[in-house]
Amino acid sequence: MTELSWTRKDLLGIADLSAAEIQLLLDTAESFREVSLRPIKKVPTLRGRTVVNLFFEPSTRTRSSFEIAEKRLSADSLNFSSATSGLVKGESLVDTALNLQAMSPDLIVIRHGHPGVPHMLAKRVAAGVINAGDGAHEHPTQALLDAFTIRQHKGGFEGLKVSIVGDIEHSRVVRSNVLLLHKLGAEVTVAGPRTMMPVGVEALGARAVYSLREALEGADVVMMLRVQLERQSQAAFPSAREYFELFGLTQARLKAAKRDVILMHPGPMNRGIEIASDVADGRYSVILEQVANGVAVRMAVLYLLSGVHREAE
Amino acid sequence: MSPEVHLKRTILESKQISRIIRRMAVEILEREGSGKDLMLVGIRTRGVPLAEALAAEILKIEEVEVPVGVLDITLYRDDLSTIAPQPVVKETHFPTTLSDRCLVLCDDVLYTGRTIRAAMDAVIDFGRPRVIRLAVLIDRGHRELPIHADIVGKTLQTQANEVVDVHFTETDGESKVLLLEKSGG
Amino acid sequence: MERLLIQGGRLVDPGQGVDDRLDILIEDGRVERIGKGLKAGRGGETVEAEGLIVAPGLIDMHVHLREPGQEYKETIESGTRAAAAGGFTAVACMPNTQPPNDSRPVTEAILKEANRHGYARVYPIGAISKGQKGERLAEVGEMVRAGVVAISDDGWPVMSPELMRSALLYAQHFGVPVIQHAEDLGLGADGVMHEGEWSARLGLPGLPGAAEDLMVARDILLLEQTGGRYHVAHLSTARSLELVREGKSRDLGLTCEVTPHHLLLTDREVADSDFSTQTKMKPPLRSESDRLALIAGLQDGTVDAIASDHAPHHADEKDVEFSAAPFGIVGLETTLALGLDRLVRADLVSLYRLVELLSTGPARALGIEGGRLAPGDVADVTLFDTEPRRMVSPKRFQSRSRNTPFLGWRLRGRPVATFLAGRRVELS
Repeated sequence: MTELSWTRKDLLGIADLSAAEIQLLLDTAESFREVSLRPIKKVPTLRGRTVVNLFFEPSTRTRSSFEIAEKRLSADSLNFSSATSGLVKGESLVDTALNLQAMSPDLIVIRHGHPGVPHMLAKRVAAGVINAGDGAHEHPTQALLDAFTIRQHKGGFEGLKVSIVGDIEHSRVVRSNVLLLHKLGAEVTVAGPRTMMPVGVEALGARAVYSLREALEGADVVMMLRVQLERQSQAAFPSAREYFELFGLTQARLKAAKRDVILMHPGPMNRGIEIASDVADGRYSVILEQVANGVAVRMAVLYLLSGVHREAE
Repeated sequence: MSPEVHLKRTILESKQISRIIRRMAVEILEREGSGKDLMLVGIRTRGVPLAEALAAEILKIEEVEVPVGVLDITLYRDDLSTIAPQPVVKETHFPTTLSDRCLVLCDDVLYTGRTIRAAMDAVIDFGRPRVIRLAVLIDRGHRELPIHADIVGKTLQTQANEVVDVHFTETDGESKVLLLEKSGG
Repeated sequence: MERLLIQGGRLVDPGQGVDDRLDILIEDGRVERIGKGLKAGRGGETVEAEGLIVAPGLIDMHVHLREPGQEYKETIESGTRAAAAGGFTAVACMPNTQPPNDSRPVTEAILKEANRHGYARVYPIGAISKGQKGERLAEVGEMVRAGVVAISDDGWPVMSPELMRSALLYAQHFGVPVIQHAEDLGLGADGVMHEGEWSARLGLPGLPGAAEDLMVARDILLLEQTGGRYHVAHLSTARSLELVREGKSRDLGLTCEVTPHHLLLTDREVADSDFSTQTKMKPPLRSESDRLALIAGLQDGTVDAIASDHAPHHADEKDVEFSAAPFGIVGLETTLALGLDRLVRADLVSLYRLVELLSTGPARALGIEGGRLAPGDVADVTLFDTEPRRMVSPKRFQSRSRNTPFLGWRLRGRPVATFLAGRRVELS
């Protein structure tokens, strides 16, 4: 048996990965899940390695998930966030990259509001770069932890009906998830108001529907997205009340899905806008498992990437 | 260019291995008593079939079912920064708590001792056994750390350019121990 | 009396419908005769053009020279050197300088600087509105008297239909065309790339093709009422092209240009280049079907000119996040080679048609001299060779900026020399 090994310096997006690489990440995460269940939740694997967490956008859950993963692997982590460091002072991204490079970190985890910034950074630094979300483009570790959670509950992906509902256009979670699930053989449906659906969405590998009922029908997995009405241009949606009326998930509506449906949400949730509280906290919800799995997945990513020898361009 | 490896000789055949494992099981029982607080822990990959074989022998001899754990030491290796890409991490699993147990680490070959060092660090992160012992099928010498085995199947004089290759039915289809030689490279 | 004979070349001159092996005799800056076996005569100079193409001087009707105000990106000197290096004898420069060219003194200053260097003719385009603010008409008459050949608020579209109607009417007093950067800013205002499959994949805000189409449609409706001349700058969508084609069939004073990058690249390039900011420009690289429609427009005559939209930006400005980067790429030093290799050699258009699009067409659209080498015409000439292979290497650019997506492209065909009024342009 030849085992696939990880050879990528960076994890920039799901778009780059093969199905075999995705499986390797998920299998590795499976082994790391056990570390979080030990009495001493820490292994010496990345002792002496430096990981920089570079967050240009506020993030609580993704950043703390990465931090915990780093600590459990005994890496030294350093946090830069736009609120607390020189990042706001108008320094160009290239200069930031060169400064980081001078400190020779082993890995850089980056969250940025603009698509493509992790790619740009990856070309400039010798360190491995992990995309923790770039604008509305990709959020690969979120998609991996979602897939990990789905696999735990459903065993596999082939023919699985997964529906993702919400503001498809502005969601990086959607892009990474659709790409990943499509590569592993799931049937992905995206649903939302027509004003929140990007032109050309089918290119991602998903079927687009415009009613919640149609999206839920026969679904094995339902993923609700956070809807940020305040961020929409005025034309996209008139009000939160009307949104919930048309696309909000309730117990009654969820009945259209399969009986063993699992309900997911990447968080943070808007209770009463895209999801009713009783559903979010109900028996189908695996939302908190997603959070726990996030740590295992990120440990796996940090572990695999730290084994790749690299040189700066 | 990777070094060429060729077979020098067969050290042990399947029957000899079974006999040695039976003797090792007896030795474990003699040293540690009735086996009530024993736990065998196989170090992945080929320590696992050894631990299972020892447990089977102990069951035959003493009619005691000794729990068998599985330990993956990848995350504790001291050479991760020098090898690439990363080795595949597999799960570690203990059937019961380790506290106050007599824990016997099992591995196929004892060589530099670094694997055992990593294994002990890993075990201690899981709990506090009363004692830790080490059982190996082959001790081939060349230690780099102050570590020795308590129960040894066979001691072998080897050269640094030789490889001791242990096969078990469970992992490799048949049981045998080969001595290989690296040349060129 | 100065005499120059360009001998033995293939004269491709769509201005007079000629494509033949002919010599050109130039006297005192004007074409004296064309024919076979001409002699330079005593004291005359001869340029051997055996194996070369001889064409009326190429005209890039859409460039940004950045001077005054942004000399770190480009100057009139470096921009006209780039023009000459790219085989162009003339450029029309857009008014979005700092200050904008919205008045006679700015126009005069540009022309003075251009004449001082003399690498290529510079035809300034004046602003439509004061300060390019889209509010009140600029002093078009004053600027035309100073040398402006067209008016445009390029960089910014004229959003107000009222102002566009006035511009179309008022420009007729001075015989100049109105050039529109056709984009309705009310649609997809935060866009950074073409809205379509690739913007969906990359999560980048889209610039819908409809924003261009809306504006072209509106302006054609106005043009029907006002008469006059209207030119669509850097037309980029299939639908806009169709609108222009239909308008032309009704003999409206309607012309349009397309850029080499819209003819050769698509929105996919943004992904393939991993978000390279060299793929960011306005209008954005469009879909493959748009691209194919533009090529059809070259073939059926709907497109009047190929223009580079040469838009220099400093490396530091382009070396940023995709969304934060300025729009635009340079083009003066790649346009001819791209046309020769990727349009003519690829059998999409004839060499004759390419010369028409790069010389005769823009001269007609702007209503300026040039684009023809008949006896009596000004002797602006471009010589080029269709054979040699060369890699696009921005390090060799004469332009101060190097922002091109064509870096490393291997192209066959290159300019050899340009002549302004019979004098060879020397770049040393």
